Amino acid sequence: MGIDKKTVEDVAHLARIELQPSELEKLSRQLHDILGFIDQLSSLDVAQVKPASHILPISNVLREDKPHVCLTPDKALENAPGKSGNFFSVPKIIE
Amino acid sequence: MELNQLTAHELLAKLKKGQFVLEDILNSLYSRIQTVEPKVKAFVRIKAGERPVLNPSADALLGGLPITIKDNICTAGLNTECCSRILEHFCPPYDATVISKLKNAGGSIFPFKANMDEFAFGSSTENSYFGPTHNPWNLTCVPGGSSGGSAAAVASDEAIWALGSDTGGSIRQPASFCGVVGLKPTYGRVSRFGLIAFASSLDQIGPITKDVEDAAILTGIISGYDTNDSTSVNKDVPDYTRSLGKDIKGIKIGIPKEYFIEGMDSEVKGVIQEAISKLKSLGSILNPVSLPHTQYAVPVYYIIATAEASSNLARFDGVQYGYRAHSDNLIEMYKKTRAEGFGEEAKRRIILGTFVLSHGYYDAYYLRALKVRTLIKNDFDAVFKDFDCIVTPTSPTPAFKIGERSADPLKMYLSDIYTISVNLAGIPAISIPCGFTKKGLPVGLQIMAKPFNEEMLFRLAHAFEQETEWHKLKPKI
Amino acid sequence: MKYETVIGLEVHLQLKTKTKAFCGCAIDFGKTPNSGVCPVCLGFPGTLPVYNKEALSSAIKVALAFSCQIQEFTKFDRKNYFYPDLPKNYQISQFDLPLSRKGYLDILSENNVKRIGITRVHLEEDAGKLIHELNSSLVDFNRAGVPLLEIVSEPDLSSPQEAFDYLTNLKSIIEYLDVSDCDMEKGSLRCDANISLRPEGVKELGVKTELKNMNSFKGVKDALTFEVSRQNELLESGETLFQETRLWEADKGVTLSMRNKEGAKDYRYFPDPDLTVFIIEQPMVLRIKAELPELPHEKMHRFMRDYALTQYDAKILVSSKKDAQFAEECIRSYPQKDKKGIVNWLIGPLLSEANSRKLNLHELDINKTELINLIGFVEDGSISHLSAKLALTQMIDSQKPAAVIIKENNMLQISDSGELEQIISSVIQDNEKTVISFKAGKTNALMFLVGQVMKKSSGKANPKVVGELIKRRLTDA
Repeated sequence: MGIDKKTVEDVAHLARIELQPSELEKLSRQLHDILGFIDQLSSLDVAQVKPASHILPISNVLREDKPHVCLTPDKALENAPGKSGNFFSVPKIIE
Repeated sequence: MELNQLTAHELLAKLKKGQFVLEDILNSLYSRIQTVEPKVKAFVRIKAGERPVLNPSADALLGGLPITIKDNICTAGLNTECCSRILEHFCPPYDATVISKLKNAGGSIFPFKANMDEFAFGSSTENSYFGPTHNPWNLTCVPGGSSGGSAAAVASDEAIWALGSDTGGSIRQPASFCGVVGLKPTYGRVSRFGLIAFASSLDQIGPITKDVEDAAILTGIISGYDTNDSTSVNKDVPDYTRSLGKDIKGIKIGIPKEYFIEGMDSEVKGVIQEAISKLKSLGSILNPVSLPHTQYAVPVYYIIATAEASSNLARFDGVQYGYRAHSDNLIEMYKKTRAEGFGEEAKRRIILGTFVLSHGYYDAYYLRALKVRTLIKNDFDAVFKDFDCIVTPTSPTPAFKIGERSADPLKMYLSDIYTISVNLAGIPAISIPCGFTKKGLPVGLQIMAKPFNEEMLFRLAHAFEQETEWHKLKPKI
Repeated sequence: MKYETVIGLEVHLQLKTKTKAFCGCAIDFGKTPNSGVCPVCLGFPGTLPVYNKEALSSAIKVALAFSCQIQEFTKFDRKNYFYPDLPKNYQISQFDLPLSRKGYLDILSENNVKRIGITRVHLEEDAGKLIHELNSSLVDFNRAGVPLLEIVSEPDLSSPQEAFDYLTNLKSIIEYLDVSDCDMEKGSLRCDANISLRPEGVKELGVKTELKNMNSFKGVKDALTFEVSRQNELLESGETLFQETRLWEADKGVTLSMRNKEGAKDYRYFPDPDLTVFIIEQPMVLRIKAELPELPHEKMHRFMRDYALTQYDAKILVSSKKDAQFAEECIRSYPQKDKKGIVNWLIGPLLSEANSRKLNLHELDINKTELINLIGFVEDGSISHLSAKLALTQMIDSQKPAAVIIKENNMLQISDSGELEQIISSVIQDNEKTVISFKAGKTNALMFLVGQVMKKSSGKANPKVVGELIKRRLTDA
């Protein structure tokens, strides 16, 4: 299983990355090769194997419902590329 | 010897005796940086005249000694940018837990961050937005990656010691390329709170130092349970320095046959074999073992790590921090920001990661990779039933030339072939210098141990180190 | 052709824990924007989530209250999508192993009990708030990270009224558990609906329409009512429906289609590697179950059993926990064995007073002892029912005891036959014609005569007693 240009384009949209045509071309080739390399995994029989979504044998990590000190709006917005008063500001959302 | 050439434990002893003051150590470092940094380029965003905030609790364990921090570990009030354009000017309002621990122990945070591959995506530090770091042993070569800046700074004595991060070998491989010591602790040993995430189930912060004793001291300070990190393990931290100076008679070492294959550099092979002989001469018992799923580690890693990374890096979108491309509409802003803010390797990994999680491909790629990860872990569990540790080369080759592999991503990925399984299994591993190629490039020996058995690593590594002089050699820059 | 309606509801509930789901920020709305935030809920680089113990406990309570099966093994998954109110551009939610499944909620419509299946109750976190301006959008993250429960019903609801009943019953139960304010106007309860029509008798579901933007239970009912009618019309005229999302425009009374360019969304769910799995063992579940308060339907049955209430009356009294408590205290204080007397007052005049004052029953400022006294005055004939209602209003307004109000307003009825006979005699004398009419069989005449006695006694005569006396007098004579 490899990957074609159309799929790369769709995936780039899901990842919200704009690709130039030359980039799309190059990336598709590279990803196709990488996926070809990855495909060796399909030869393994993993039917009876449990997936290792968590490598540590720990569970039930919870915290107490106790409040901590929050950031001030100034601190929260300190790195903001766009702000308006105490809000983060972003360009208009056009569907 | 100049002060900056000493190890941390040597400097601490001298500070205690009152032979020098902290200021002297700093001056020595700054002087060195002035001389060699234009060639090595281990640091980023150097500002002339900037001095570290000396920790007021200078009478604590670390006596105010400065430590160099990789650019993906959050330091309050000091820019942390993962050497990426997309995080430009980001100044965290909080310290990573390891930074708090260092400060509490009396360490001072060096004001210049260490160079790295952008977001830790790389094995050469060539993917940094600020340009590559050069290997102090041969300036035309890479220092390894992604913690190349940290390793180069320690190797060139521009730093006493440093912190790096390791997801697939990013501490160990540059340590081996630069002839220094690098340790990746057991997953969950060191808090990840404040480490800008690459792959959440693989990342760990660890020390990069001039010798094993420094690594033991630093690991002891940064380790420990953190209630801010759900994946941090609540287990006591032993005094790792107690593992030093012990003999290794009777220690059972496994040598996995899958790590000595075709394609391995013959010089590296020779150096490693000599090192293994040395271990044998010190009384350890060596036997061949098998880690049968070794060949699948790289493909498994590049599915799991990129999948997690694609999600972890989704937050870099120009909304709250970092670079924002100009646009009048939000979706275009997202797409342009991420197109212009991320480098090529970052984009490649994000797209690969997004793909393997996407509808219709999840089972064939991501789920399957998680299952093979179990098989890889099982391989290690089986060996550790009968062996105390496993010894391998850290890298199949010594440091390669800058530009040599940057055009071929797959070739670059295969540099990690010996280090990646360790992260997948969550076990600890250390790389120590064990010799040089004829051309004078360092070779690293990797030792792996059971989860939470860093003591075994320090014991074996120290014993080897004390019988050799590799760690004492310095590059001529 | 006749079509039947199939409705399913998705409710999002904000839990009223002290702090957010994954960080210690206190939940407090109405605060300055971005003042109830921290690096974790802002999704700053390097931060990690740790789940709130109280939120888990509350969630299990809700699941048990709906008789759901609690998963022994549950985990969090990342739901990946880009939106400015989502700090990490993924929401921590649950996908394939939700906290609980397969529960139900019984709704009482008229005298029927209909069981509505609950598919699942699972854990998630809330997003921030967006304010749309002309050329930009503003984001406030105070709400980001508030713990949410998603409650999904089976498509078992057959009418907009049933949907309304489901919501009121759901709210009642949640209110009893005291885990959420469940206020749709304030946003602590949100509801989306899925509706489809199918020909009567057909098993397959029709094309699904998702409805959003309803801000009240009535809004949900109205939106669904509009949809049923709209879809019926389209189907009758032979049109095919396609799957879409529509927004309810309350002021226009219509649903409008959301232009859906994206098609099915690919959220790329995968287990969140930053959080551990949760093993919910039986002892914990049993402990929480034992701590559950008496639920509305349990209380209703108990009221019916212990106080001989009708289901209708009991249902009204238990709909709110505090009102039920208030009512039960009144019932308990009422001296008669047959509680009908107090219940009628609760459901009648007291509820009326509460409604006119826009208060809940339990918020009425009425002394329970005085209330009982007042009822006593009616029951022993001292005052008329009408007077008592007026007295009640004044008692609430002035806080004066019943006896005082009655005296001040001269409300005491004359029930003494001696006194009354005198007035009756005079009325009979003055109204010969009416007397003859009564004797001739016209019952209205009696009422007229009673009215005359009331007039003559300035309203103080006990009309019941008067009626009896006049009847006896005229029938005997």
